[in-house]
Amino acid sequence: MNDTNVQRRQFLKTSVGAAAVAIAPGMLLFDMAHGKTEAVSNKVRWGMLIDTANCADGCNDCVNACNKENGLSGGLSPTDSQWIRKIELKDKLTGRELSLPMMCQHCENPPCVDVCPTGASFGRADGIVLVDKHLCIGCRYCMMACPYKARSFVHEALHDQKPDVPRGKGTVESCTMCVHRVDKGLQPACAEACPNKSILFGNLNDPESEISRKIRTVASIQVRADLGLNTGVRYQGL
Amino acid sequence: MANLSPLRFQTRLYYVLVALGGLIVLIGLYAAHMMEQHGHIITGMNNQIVWGTPHVFAIFLIIAASGVLNVSSIGSVFNKPAYKARAPLAGLLSIAMLAGGLTVLMLDLGRPERVIVAATNYNITSVFAWNILLYSGMFAAVVMYLWTMMEKRMKAWSKPAGFLVLIWRFILTTGTGVIFSFLVVRQAFGTAILPPMFIVISFAWGMAVFHIVQSSIYAWNLKILDEYVQKRMRNLMGLFVIAALYFVATYHLTNLYFAKQTEFEQFILVSGGVYPLLFWVGYVLVGNLLPLVLIYHPAFGKTRSVIAASLLIIIGGFSLLYVLIVGGQAFPLSIFPGYEVSSSFGDGFIGQYSPSMPEILLGLGGVGIAFLITAIGIRVLDFVPREIPKTPLK
Ligand code: SF4
Repeated sequence: MNDTNVQRRQFLKTSVGAAAVAIAPGMLLFDMAHGKTEAVSNKVRWGMLIDTANCADGCNDCVNACNKENGLSGGLSPTDSQWIRKIELKDKLTGRELSLPMMCQHCENPPCVDVCPTGASFGRADGIVLVDKHLCIGCRYCMMACPYKARSFVHEALHDQKPDVPRGKGTVESCTMCVHRVDKGLQPACAEACPNKSILFGNLNDPESEISRKIRTVASIQVRADLGLNTGVRYQGL
Repeated sequence: MANLSPLRFQTRLYYVLVALGGLIVLIGLYAAHMMEQHGHIITGMNNQIVWGTPHVFAIFLIIAASGVLNVSSIGSVFNKPAYKARAPLAGLLSIAMLAGGLTVLMLDLGRPERVIVAATNYNITSVFAWNILLYSGMFAAVVMYLWTMMEKRMKAWSKPAGFLVLIWRFILTTGTGVIFSFLVVRQAFGTAILPPMFIVISFAWGMAVFHIVQSSIYAWNLKILDEYVQKRMRNLMGLFVIAALYFVATYHLTNLYFAKQTEFEQFILVSGGVYPLLFWVGYVLVGNLLPLVLIYHPAFGKTRSVIAASLLIIIGGFSLLYVLIVGGQAFPLSIFPGYEVSSSFGDGFIGQYSPSMPEILLGLGGVGIAFLITAIGIRVLDFVPREIPKTPLK
């Protein structure tokens, strides 16, 4: 082996080492920011089953938990964002009353995604419907198209945002199913906060998951099932 | 001013008018800037009424831009000389209104600076995205058409270009209608009658705008519009108004027939406060019945009446769009049919909206843009209709 070869190998070793030292912390940070590195796949379809019989009239714990988790102000004016809200219902014929939480239903065929001109509204492979805050031009066509009034438009500048929850003035936002928590293996904040365990979160594509077993045995419906959107959120006792 | 010759006075007046137009545009741009700085909080729009006054202005301008081209089509495609002489002016007006309308639409975006994203990230399933193509195509088609009419060597092409414009604007207005008729969950919108209704309405509104501009140009140049032409165009406008009214009536009557829609119709036509008022007084009375009297009653029908009728038709148009767009959103979504609902997010309640100054100024800015383009266009290029009078001189 001649001198030049040795020198070259030495040089290569040092550069690879230096490169690794330079990149490693970046990778580490990237990992930390994104939680798990494996790609989102359609083996999973995240969904919720909401038991309206257990949902207490006047209880707002899920709403408060959502606001806290996502850094929403909790204001109730028509220009404030509300990702989840409690709706009080009364059957017009029978007079039966009930109360339930309403949020983005994470449709399999979401109208907001169909109409969005830029593709900012998109559905992840695991069924979560999101808005890319860098692509949204704020046209609000998705809000016109959503059957559940699930979306809010950010009407003014925001302060004290959560680093995990990107939001921005002039863009549209809605329930993310706490995607930043779900990707870390946690439950959405609302599901965790419900004192009556009325919100069951899980994988609809896994026949053995609790949610799948439950929707096989109890009657549940999709809101406005007539629209054929195949929502990820289902309601029991409606 | 007394010592100015009439011509110099007119030139000065022209510059004053253009300056005024420019000022309106500037104010509109400033309003948009304020909306961008403070956010839409300074508008009347909210999470229930997401499209408001700017959209009423923008959609009026876009629909009228398509309709005004009827004048060109009748001239070039169907070979009517009276209209042929007016085709270039109609083309100019179309471009002007399209530019005004699109600017308003763009400046109302939450992120107007990102409008380029709409071109780089194109979602093929979005009607909105299709419309972006339709609008830019329309500009190109009309410019080309104008060129074939104004450049002698291109004359032979003016008929095919006119044909292209004819087809394109049908598709364009259909596309504008489809923006609404694809909103199946909204009781006011999800119906296939909207695109044809928009097309017929566009004829009436486009004609009204054309009449006003044409009369102004004639008065400005101290020319008198040939009576024969006046009569034909006036009667055609009347016909369009009747046809548009028929479509609007059909839209509401069909809705009334569906039990699930009756509550909405009750709201829009009877109990909804400002919306029924605007519909019956603004649209039906001011926008249809009065203009029809002015057009067809033997005591009227002269230039002044036609201008008045045209103005009323335009007022009626704004009223109709306000009722359709704002009123259509004010009525709550039916998320749980059969239930009475209430929530902190306005579920089950009529949405509240009152137009704010910045929105109105932005809308007027769009009109200002259309005015400026027209005024400058007429001055720079030859858009004044030239013809040999058909009515025998008295
Ligand atoms: S507001 Fe944003 S997310 Fe909604 S349709 Fe427009 S670009 Fe898409």
